[in-house]
Parts: sequence; C-alpha cells; structure tokens
Amino acid sequence: MYDTVKGADWLGDQDAIEFLCKEAPQAVIELEKYGVPFSRTEDGKIYQRPFGGMTKNYGNGVVQRTCAAADRTGHAILHTLYGQALKKDTEFFIEYFALDLIMENGKCQGIIAWNLQDGTIHRFRSKMVILATGGYGRAYFSATSAHTCTGDGGGMVLRAGLPLQDMEFVQFHPTGIYGAGCLITEGSRGEGGFLVNSEGERFMERYAPSAKDLASRDVVSRSMTIEINEGRGVGKNKDHIFLHLNHLDEKILKERLPGISESAKVFAGVDVTKEPIPVLPTVHYNMGGIPTNYFGEVLSKDAAGSDVIVEGLMAVGEAACVSVHGANRLGSNSLIDLVVFGKAAAVRAAEKVKPNSKHEQISDQETQKCLDRFDKMRNASGNTPTAVLRDKMQRTMQSKCAVFRTDKTLKEGLNEIQEPWQGLSDISVKDRSLIFNTDLVEALEFDNLIRQSQVTVASAENRKESRGAHSREDFKDRNDEEWMKHTLAWHKDGKVSIDYRDVHNYTLTNDVQYFPPKARVY
Amino acid sequence: MVQFNLPKDSEVKKGKYYKADTNAKNIKKVNVYRWSPEDGENPRLDTYEVDMDNCGPMVLDALIKIKNEIDSSLTFRRSCREGICGSCAMNIDGSNTLACTKSAKEVNGDINIYPLPHMPVIKDLVPNLKQMYKQYQSIEPWMQSSKTTNGSEGLQTIEDRSKLDGLYECILCACCATSCPSYWWNGDKYLGPAVLLQAYRWIIDSRDEERKKRLKKVADELKLFRCHTIMNCTNACPKGLNPAKAIGSIKKMLVTEKSN
Repeated sequence: MYDTVKGADWLGDQDAIEFLCKEAPQAVIELEKYGVPFSRTEDGKIYQRPFGGMTKNYGNGVVQRTCAAADRTGHAILHTLYGQALKKDTEFFIEYFALDLIMENGKCQGIIAWNLQDGTIHRFRSKMVILATGGYGRAYFSATSAHTCTGDGGGMVLRAGLPLQDMEFVQFHPTGIYGAGCLITEGSRGEGGFLVNSEGERFMERYAPSAKDLASRDVVSRSMTIEINEGRGVGKNKDHIFLHLNHLDEKILKERLPGISESAKVFAGVDVTKEPIPVLPTVHYNMGGIPTNYFGEVLSKDAAGSDVIVEGLMAVGEAACVSVHGANRLGSNSLIDLVVFGKAAAVRAAEKVKPNSKHEQISDQETQKCLDRFDKMRNASGNTPTAVLRDKMQRTMQSKCAVFRTDKTLKEGLNEIQEPWQGLSDISVKDRSLIFNTDLVEALEFDNLIRQSQVTVASAENRKESRGAHSREDFKDRNDEEWMKHTLAWHKDGKVSIDYRDVHNYTLTNDVQYFPPKARVY
Repeated sequence: MVQFNLPKDSEVKKGKYYKADTNAKNIKKVNVYRWSPEDGENPRLDTYEVDMDNCGPMVLDALIKIKNEIDSSLTFRRSCREGICGSCAMNIDGSNTLACTKSAKEVNGDINIYPLPHMPVIKDLVPNLKQMYKQYQSIEPWMQSSKTTNGSEGLQTIEDRSKLDGLYECILCACCATSCPSYWWNGDKYLGPAVLLQAYRWIIDSRDEERKKRLKKVADELKLFRCHTIMNCTNACPKGLNPAKAIGSIKKMLVTEKSN
C-alpha cells in the first residue's frame, strides 16, 4: 500500500488504495481460477516479477510482486474474462458507438448508441450505466494507446455537465519504441533490462540510486528527458535512449519477454538478443478521469461544496479516477485496478438495482438533443477534415503539455488548443452513410478528445506545483499546503472551469494508518 | 465444360484513380476493394497513389494516410496498431495478415488489399465475423474445474504451463480461418483453425477437468475432420502460431485416448 501511496505522490485517496490492496490478492486468485495462463515458479505458483516502484519495508529493497503471464498479462486476462462472459451468455452489443448519456434531473437514465453494423440508432434505458471506455491517449501525437483510446466516456460526461478529475496527470511510459510508439513493457526492466545514454552510461543510477531503472515511471521518464535535453540522447538526432536487454539470458527473453522481442523486431528492426531497443517516453496512461468513489459510483460536487453521487452512473478502469493512482500510476496497477474496481462496481450495481423495477419516463427533449448533435456532425459540410484538426490538437498537446511544463508552454497550449476546438464548427465529414461510417466515427471521437485536451491543459496550467507526472519547471517542488487536493474541471462551450475536492487523508479501516506525506525519493 | 461466373452484382468493377501530388518521388499504388451496402453499386477496386517517403512503414500506415489525406470514406477496422487486437486483419498481397505488422516494403509492386476472403462484407475492408464468434462460444472457452480455491491459487508445473505456449497468444483475428478452403466451403459446420486452436488450448490445460468432454464435443466429421492439412492457416497466422499442429494434436488424442 505504501508503494502505491508514494507512487501516487500522495494524491491518491488512501481509503481507496487500502481497498485496492486488500482485494488484490483474491482478485488475482480468482483470475487464476478462471484460467488465466499465468507463468509459473518452480513450485507451481504464479510467477511474480519486480516492477517499477514496488518495494518492501517502505522503500527498502526490491520485491517481486507483479503477477505475470509472460509479457502478455493484459491480453491473457482479457481473453479469459471474455470467456467468462460467454459462459454467462452475456449479450454484447458489438460495434455500437455510444453517443451520449441520457441525463434527466441530474440522474443518468441510459445512453444513446449507434449500431455501426446496420446504421440504426438505439436508446438504451438503464438503471445503471457503467462507463468502461478507457483513456484518451490519442489526444497526444505519440501514445502507446490504441487508435480507439479516444476517451469517449470522458467526452460524454463533460457534455452531460459533469466534471473530470486530475486531468493534468498524464503518464509518459519510459519505453515506447522510438518512432512507432508501441509499448515495451516495464517487465523488461523488471527482468534486468536497463537504460543507457549516448555515453554508454546507465544514467538511472544517478537519478534513483536505490531503485535505479525500476523507479516510478514519472521519475524515469523525466530522467530520460533530461539526458536528451542535455545532449546525451542516442541516434542521429540524439533524441532517444537505448534500452538494453542483450545481456539477459536468451532463455529468459524467450520465456518471459517473447511479446516485446517480437515488437522490437517488427517496429524497430532490432534483435533484442544482440542490440538495444531505441525508446522514448511516450504517453501511456491517464491518471485523471471520471471521479468515482471506491464502489465505482460517479461523483460530482453540489452547490454547498460536498461530494454528491450521480445516480445511475458508474465508471471503472482508465476512464475513472477513483483515485488510487493519484499523480502517477505504478506499473501493473492498472490491471489490478480493472479487476478490483470492476468487481466492486458490479457488486454495488447489484445492491442498488432492484430486479423488475420500472424505468422512468425519458423526455423526448433529452433524446432529441443527442440526435441533433449526431445529425449536425453527420451533415457537417465545413472545409477542415477531422484528420487536420486532430493533428493540430495532438501536436499542441505533445509540445505544450508534455513531460516538463512551464507557465509559458501551458499558456501557449491553452491558446493553441482553441484552434482545433473552434475548428469543430468548420469540420468536414464527407461520408453521409450510416453503416460503418468511420469518417463520422472519427469526427465524433475528435469531439470527445478535444474537450478532454482543453480540460487537461487548463488543469495543468492551473496547478502551480510539481507532483508525480505533473512536472513544472517554474514550480519545481510539491506544495502540500496549497495543492494537496484533486482538481475538478468542467467544460462548457470551450471554456474550462475549475474547482477542487479534498484528498482523503484517512484509510478505510484501522488495519493500517494513514501515510502522511514525505519526500519522494527512489 | 461448365463455366462458373460470379453473380452479376458481385463482379468487382474498375474504380476511381487518385493521383498523388506531383512532387512525390516514391509512389506506391495501393489498390483497395470498396463496397458500400447503401448505394446499390457493385464492388469496385479503387487505386490510390501513396507517397511512401511521407508515410509510416506498415500497410496500415498507408491506409491511414489514404483515409486522412485522400479519401476519408475508406473504411477499415484498426485499433492497437501493434499486432495484439487483431482488428486490422485483411487480405494483403494475396495473403491474410494484419495491416499493422505488414511492412509495405515487403510487397513487390502494387499493394492489393481485399477484405478477409469468404466472409460477408459489411463495408469496404470490414468483414462480418459473427459466425466465428458463435463457434468460439460453442467450444466453451472457459475453465471447467470443480476445485475450490481455499484462498490460494491453483498450482501448475512449468512444464504443464508451457503446453499453453503457442496457443494462448491467439488474438482471434480470423486470418487463419478465412484462409482455409475447408472453412470457405463448410464454414457453417467446420469449426475452422482459430476455434480449434482454442479448443485445444483448453483440452491441454492441466487445470481443466473436462478434457474428455471437450474431446468428445469436437470429435465430429464436420466440426474437426474437415481439416485436410492444407496448412494455409499456419502460413497465414500473423502471430506465428501453428493451428494445423493443434488440430493434428486433437486428432491424435482422439486415437490414443481410447476411453472416448
């Protein structure tokens, strides 16, 4: 628990973190029971490897805690849980694109979605909507995230007039493949890989004498960026870093890191047994998202300033901000977040929703609002293609809201990001069809991305301290007195308004005491 | 001799030609199958000239460049762009593969791109894979074991776990199934290589207790024995897996494990 609190740079809510840590072992055992093909130790137990920021005795010594299925743990869990869903004969609405939440009297009553396969529009009335829509990594030019990581849930929540939390905290993963951006797992450093600059130096020893290459991701990404900025980058343009795995036993590479060996070959043309992999800090994860409690219920703030639950709406995973990851997520904590809070949300929903209870009436007005937006976008006959606006947004985010930030870059960012936002009124959608119209899908996704980009830059400009992944060169230190609080940000007509929530400075039970903030050294 | 012809509305017509910027020096022609369910037209083959000096290395990069800069109506699935989600499976240069891991340089001459063969097309390069998903569910791809956990994980030896290597990595992209002539002709009854590979993944998992039931379930003239060891599946697999071998192993087990 201490590792996650420290990794989060004390911005995580410690009641939620205690919940996560308590539930985690049983969650992994449950996954194993479902059939996840975990790698094994000599005595047949689940194989565990060292990961960044994972320590024993409060930071003294490395520990092997991260359960792994070679370097494909996420893939293995995904397919196993899909199997479990099939076992329960779950009905999937595949390739339905969610357009908007149906909100009435502050309550979520369902969603409107567009079936890409036949072009029909559906209104799902629902007692409980759970958003599991992932992050918005594609707001940036270079991200490890998939093309579909467009934060559609966050976009819907903003349009519904609800806030997003801690959006200034964007994690740069130290080892995205240079150029392609594909992820090289942190497990590669867990297995003994290390980073080297142009002088052949293992520079992480300087920045994090104790954890070295297994310091938290924000720390490693910053160190790499400093090395490059000070002229010790590798390659023709001295603009990246080498990750060495070639000293590792070939057997280990084959057994435990087969996936990234393949990725390095395909995307960097590198044989990891012989050469280093060219890598660069790359956008990887959004610590921020839809604010929830540890049951997954979405939170907002009332006029009196207290937390209120948004009835009928939950969020889990990267879309949500519980907040357990605070200002910086530890490697492998995302997968455990998914299974622990995914289950907690299901349990809560089962408690709250009474079988056979009737749906409330939904006014046509609410439905019409969403359809009007859809129609407007579908018939958009401006002059700027979505791709042009998206490119402008991505380049702005990449250059103005990156690993290191200053008042200057962020103010420029706030200004420049207005351009693609205003470009929405001149967007061009050429395909007018309804079946699998990905031209329109991309326009709608851009609408979701640009709102969250604006919120991200505004939240970053507003936070005048350095904490976790948010690193300001003009405010180099963490400032607990003023900034030990979550940012809440609302978006309306291109304007962002900001308020705050308290960080929970208490734990869930008396089993563990609150960890008061202290200096974060690795 | 009997003449076989495609039905009139299936004939692929010559499509539009999109010329590249005159400054482009390294042009590659990309021929793409186009079909819309909404305009009543025949399928056509559009040609795009792509400036490869200003394009990423993979075929998917070329498709995205076309969609971004030339023709935003071009429709294809894509997501992870690193060969793990399976969305961008299509027929490139005559073979089924993932557009995101297929290097454009490897293709000599024009790049010809079609949807995965013998599947109903929804639009352009997007096939309907419902049948395969249904078949996947039919093999019960979930662990069946009566063991309770007692608060700790089930054990598995390194050796037993290694039997899952080459099986669990499958991304269900359907490249193998849609390259198999048997699956083309009998896809409604024959399970096909992707689904049989997964059937074998559960049969061989030492933690699963329903091995016999699973074997019995696939031991069927149509479900399993339509495999004639053509090996297209193994050649096509973009993850380097060997579905043909897995199918062979199931057949062998049916012979050696007499109790079935």
